[in-house]
Amino acid sequence: MTTADTTPTAAPQPLGEVLLSVQGLVKHFPIRRGVLQRKVGAVQAVDGLTFDVRQGETLSLVGESGCGKSTTGRLLTRLLEPTGGSVTFDGHDISHISNGKMRPLRRDVQMIFQDPYSSLNPRHTVGRIVGAPFKLQKVETEAGTKKTVQDLLELVGLNPEHYNRYPHEFSGGQRQRIGIARTLALRPKLIVADEPVSALDVSIQAQVVNLLEDLQDELGLTYVMIAHDLSVVRHVSDRVAVMYLGKIVELADRHNLYETPMHPYTVALMSAVPIPDTKRRTERERIRLQGDVPSPINPPPACRFHTRCWKAQEICKTTEPPLVDLAPRHQVACHFPENQDAVVGSRG
Amino acid sequence: MTEIAEHSYRPGTEKPTSFLDVRDLRVHFPTDDGLVKSVDGLTFRVDRGKTLGIVGESGSGKSVTSLSVMGLHHGGSAKITGEIFLDGEELVGASPEGVRLLRGQKMAMIFQDPLSSMHPYYTIGYQIVEAYRIHNDVSKKAAYQHAIEMLDRVGIPQPDKRVHDYPHQFSGGMRQRAMIAMALSCDPELLIADEPTTALDVTVQAQILDLIRDLQKEFNSAVIIITHDLGVVAELADDILVMYAGRCAEYGSADDIFREPQHPYTWGLLGSMPRIDRERSERLLPIKGTPPSLINVPSGCAFNPRCTYCDLTGGRSTSERPELIDVGHGHRVACHLTRDQRDQIWRDDIQPKL
Repeated sequence: MTTADTTPTAAPQPLGEVLLSVQGLVKHFPIRRGVLQRKVGAVQAVDGLTFDVRQGETLSLVGESGCGKSTTGRLLTRLLEPTGGSVTFDGHDISHISNGKMRPLRRDVQMIFQDPYSSLNPRHTVGRIVGAPFKLQKVETEAGTKKTVQDLLELVGLNPEHYNRYPHEFSGGQRQRIGIARTLALRPKLIVADEPVSALDVSIQAQVVNLLEDLQDELGLTYVMIAHDLSVVRHVSDRVAVMYLGKIVELADRHNLYETPMHPYTVALMSAVPIPDTKRRTERERIRLQGDVPSPINPPPACRFHTRCWKAQEICKTTEPPLVDLAPRHQVACHFPENQDAVVGSRG
Repeated sequence: MTEIAEHSYRPGTEKPTSFLDVRDLRVHFPTDDGLVKSVDGLTFRVDRGKTLGIVGESGSGKSVTSLSVMGLHHGGSAKITGEIFLDGEELVGASPEGVRLLRGQKMAMIFQDPLSSMHPYYTIGYQIVEAYRIHNDVSKKAAYQHAIEMLDRVGIPQPDKRVHDYPHQFSGGMRQRAMIAMALSCDPELLIADEPTTALDVTVQAQILDLIRDLQKEFNSAVIIITHDLGVVAELADDILVMYAGRCAEYGSADDIFREPQHPYTWGLLGSMPRIDRERSERLLPIKGTPPSLINVPSGCAFNPRCTYCDLTGGRSTSERPELIDVGHGHRVACHLTRDQRDQIWRDDIQPKL
């Protein structure tokens, strides 16, 4: 379509080794009713996800609330046990292993939480919060825990003298930095960040985004980023998976996804992002999706997006579109993808 | 035309000319730690049919401003001075009972979180009818009919059935629609939307913004939209007021603010946002530091500890508070940098990096 399609701004990075591999991941939360707590249905929060995360890359999961992205994050860190499918981390199948066996692996998989207010214990000092991982994992540090914690605080841009302060003495952005310092304490290989910046002010958001990027360069971290803000996602990710009602509808490199989105849902999401420019008010063509996301208790059959899709036809209600490669490194699950003419070798 | 009044304004010397005319508004809260100056000398006007966007970070006084216009600080510890004229009527000194009659009828508010701002015990319909019947002498049946019409107007499917639902039976987007239906039930002339879409997904946000725009056209009301998201104000606002530490940092038409912003804080806000419509930049340009405490606002220009250019003013920014000065077409900015300095910095340093 444009020259940008043939000359990507950044050359694709060399592929690292697969660090995390997810195959057909399913999580259904049972709904129980009555005296016998009989199972009457299930919230199909995550319904068949397959993707890989490679060493050193950032994969983002985006979607509206209720699409299962946070549940996925919790499954990857084994804070939840999957109903089906498997999660393989660094060669270990962690989908059903016991807490005891999972504990040593937790050193390598850490999580950053959304809300910097509720994710830090208000009764513990910063030193104790950031030092907790060492204590729990019984890790001996060379220079002593205090020194190591102070180094970590410095790494995330906090004053090491704040070691003995309590969380309430810090602002939202600083608290998020404390959370990040705790996450980094054990030098994890994989960090799952669940909406790490959405609770922060715009100017602070940019500081934390830059910090996460610097840390990735410095420490060779791998991120799985869960977010709903498409402009932030574009800034931080190498690859992006768009989720809708527990399924991935499109998974592609950042450049491909933002230049030539193929799933109608992705196109609609992009057109809905408000742009800080008044010129765009008149120029832009906006796709207005009708209604809300259907309930995951009783999701629409076949293609789950057909109830809100403007391109939906009979086949969308009867046959589920598989997630297939429509272009190199660009998987889409749709019968009638957009932007097809822009891609060589499309299904036609 | 919505415009900010002359800064040299003295109370009681001028008749209000706009539909909503706020002059030198100050809202101070005495606390054990000291006086919190949430809003400190804010002046703005909104006419019917126009939209004013108030932008700022948390703690900049945006919400306090809207609550004082609505008269929702009465009975609290807040010390409010200045003048608020709504359609020629003064609100700051008015009796709480008088303001109560205007609230809902003449001015209405949409809150950020529709779950906590609706009563979970009563049905949506009951809550809309309650507000409508306070201001209109109609039967319950007619009021319910009106509620159904309003729900239909804001795009709730099957309004005649959903009117009897409880708030928890609505999704986030529908709840926000119901809030808008409630706010508009008495056809208010002033609508204040405080972060109306912050809790919502982008697709629903787009629906709600379109709805507010359409309804404004239909009812010709004055709208104040309060948000931290410059994208949202770019969609809706005619004029924009950028607030920092309880004061106005920059004010102008939306076109001026986005094309030729003059204040370093506005530059910072624009630089902090990743843009989906432009080439991806390698790094965001955050504003250093954090917003100041309102008890201990930095002397001089409140933004000086975070400002990259404060050294260019020869020390004035730490000693002297900058006045809000007109730079043309009603575009006002409170900054010690000279016009030439600002133009040059914007052209050479800021604009190319956005």
